[in-house]
Amino acid sequence: MIALEAQSIVKTYPVGDGEVRAVDDVSFCIQEGELVALVGPSGSGKTTAVAMLAGLLRPTSGNIFVGGEELTAMEETKKARFRKRNIGFTFQQNNLVSYLTALENVELMLRLNGEFDAAGRARARELLTLLGLEERLHVLPRQLSGGQQQRVAIARSLINRPNLVLADEPTASLDTERAVQVVETLADLVHEQRRAGVMVTHDLRLVEYVDRIIQMVDGRLARIVSPDDDLSCLTDPASCEKITPEALGCSCEDSTP
Amino acid sequence: MSTALHLALKEIWRGLGRFLLFSLVIALITLLILFIAALGEGLGAGNREYLEKLNGQLVAYQDTARLNIASSRIDCDVRRALSGIKGVEAVGGVGFSSVAIPRGGGDDPFDVSLIGVEPGKPGEPPVTKGNTLARRSADRVIVDKTVALVMNVDVGDTITVRSAQGADYEFYPLQVVGITSSQKYAIRPSIFVPIATWDKIRPKAAVGGGVDEPVCNVAAIRLQDPNQIEVMGQRLMERVRKVEVVDRKTAYENTPGYSAQQSTLTTQNTFALLIGLLVIGGFFQIQTLQKVPQIGMLKAIGTPNGVVAAAAMIQIILVTLLGVIVGTLIALGVALIFPPNIPIIFEPRSGATAVISILLIGPLGGLVSVRYSLRVEPLIALGLDT
Repeated sequence: MIALEAQSIVKTYPVGDGEVRAVDDVSFCIQEGELVALVGPSGSGKTTAVAMLAGLLRPTSGNIFVGGEELTAMEETKKARFRKRNIGFTFQQNNLVSYLTALENVELMLRLNGEFDAAGRARARELLTLLGLEERLHVLPRQLSGGQQQRVAIARSLINRPNLVLADEPTASLDTERAVQVVETLADLVHEQRRAGVMVTHDLRLVEYVDRIIQMVDGRLARIVSPDDDLSCLTDPASCEKITPEALGCSCEDSTP
Repeated sequence: MSTALHLALKEIWRGLGRFLLFSLVIALITLLILFIAALGEGLGAGNREYLEKLNGQLVAYQDTARLNIASSRIDCDVRRALSGIKGVEAVGGVGFSSVAIPRGGGDDPFDVSLIGVEPGKPGEPPVTKGNTLARRSADRVIVDKTVALVMNVDVGDTITVRSAQGADYEFYPLQVVGITSSQKYAIRPSIFVPIATWDKIRPKAAVGGGVDEPVCNVAAIRLQDPNQIEVMGQRLMERVRKVEVVDRKTAYENTPGYSAQQSTLTTQNTFALLIGLLVIGGFFQIQTLQKVPQIGMLKAIGTPNGVVAAAAMIQIILVTLLGVIVGTLIALGVALIFPPNIPIIFEPRSGATAVISILLIGPLGGLVSVRYSLRVEPLIALGLDT
């Protein structure tokens, strides 16, 4: 079942007399239980695309569906409520509330969703334990390593069982070993809990843990490949083939109500 | 517990040193504002206390004196004319000057206001201990409680006052017959003597005076109906020539320097409050600026604006409240150890006004930072500009 569908999304910014197309006619779908890596060089529009998928930024044109609901058609209050319940986030940095412990950071999502009860609290502990943080539950973020902080952020993004998990360069500040741990953990949880995940990364060494790789170049979709394919094309965009409809992961009719 | 309260309390608890330090700053601002208010009250009372407590409703001045006690002269004829007006119960002449009470041990003489009153008439204060003055008791004196405390005298004791008569000082022994409540005038505690004694003792260019019915500065008027102040004031001015009659409030507001002094202190207090407003606003604004990425992240994960704003406002209120409580307690503690001759009076009404003002300026100063928090875009969390 399709968890996320982007239909021809475009984002332009005015610059002087003209405009810049930060994201230019991008379409793709992500199935439940699928983790997709969004890769591309700096300035290729990855973060702008994720901001639109999250409902934090309104596309200039195009539509986005999350769990079958059209995010782009929602008014701001409804969208904020929808985001809180259906979309989980991890960010590159400033991920955690500095004055809340690891457990309290995860429980914050329960409080925001009105699910801060015994069952919710137990789920938060279980999730952190699953992520290997059972000894660090009551520790503040500054006392956690970068990898541990990202794992807490992953737990927070999953605690409300969202349809979609968005991770913006979650491994940017980590060494390779910890980066692999974090991505592996994220992939396992997305697969086990049948969520859809989008991970923005520029580190091609991490894409072996995802199901598909979407490459963006200059705001456009350049290529969609499987980690099993020959990835050398990703480093040489000029040699990219055209994207086939199959590679998009869906046809638009699949999810549009 | 609401999410906003949870976030506010956790941040305070985990940053206790920072928030306590700021509460201490607010406590010091509170202390400053309370002290300015107390000083205003103390100096104000020091000027007006006697006139405010006067056992008469009206005060008559010489009409050309423009309500200046020192330049006003009311003689016996005028006092008698005032007494004869229907509705007047009693009139007493009052004379003001200042003398010093020498102290042993090399201490400076203790300056006091020497107030001459007509025994048994308006102007003579009621005593809390001992007796009032008798008409023919030339060497008797009533002292106010500050004089009794500072000079360590009681009823039956004798004090000696020093007064300049010509180029020399003369010394006059007076027996204390009564002690009255605090009756300051011209920022000095007061002693009360019969008007003839006052005329004899008061500093003069030459030794003399002491006549039975001397010219005094003003006349204190007690009315048969204390509610007829305005009507009687008008009537007295119409029927008695060359007098200006005012109520007690107008009288003390026109004592030398009173209005200027009070407006100076009010200005100081206003500026102190303004500084408090800027300091509190500045602190929370800096704190908000430091937290912009975190606020963006909170919003990105779905924290409503209302929760962000409420958490910020709860912190502002709690920190301000703690600061005000600590500042007030320090002020009250310090007030207990102040010597009685220092013009600092913590009056409940002006103290409460100061405290409420600071409690209000906290949230008011923090409004800018709350507004700023509300404008932080969640896109900040992704490192994107709006």
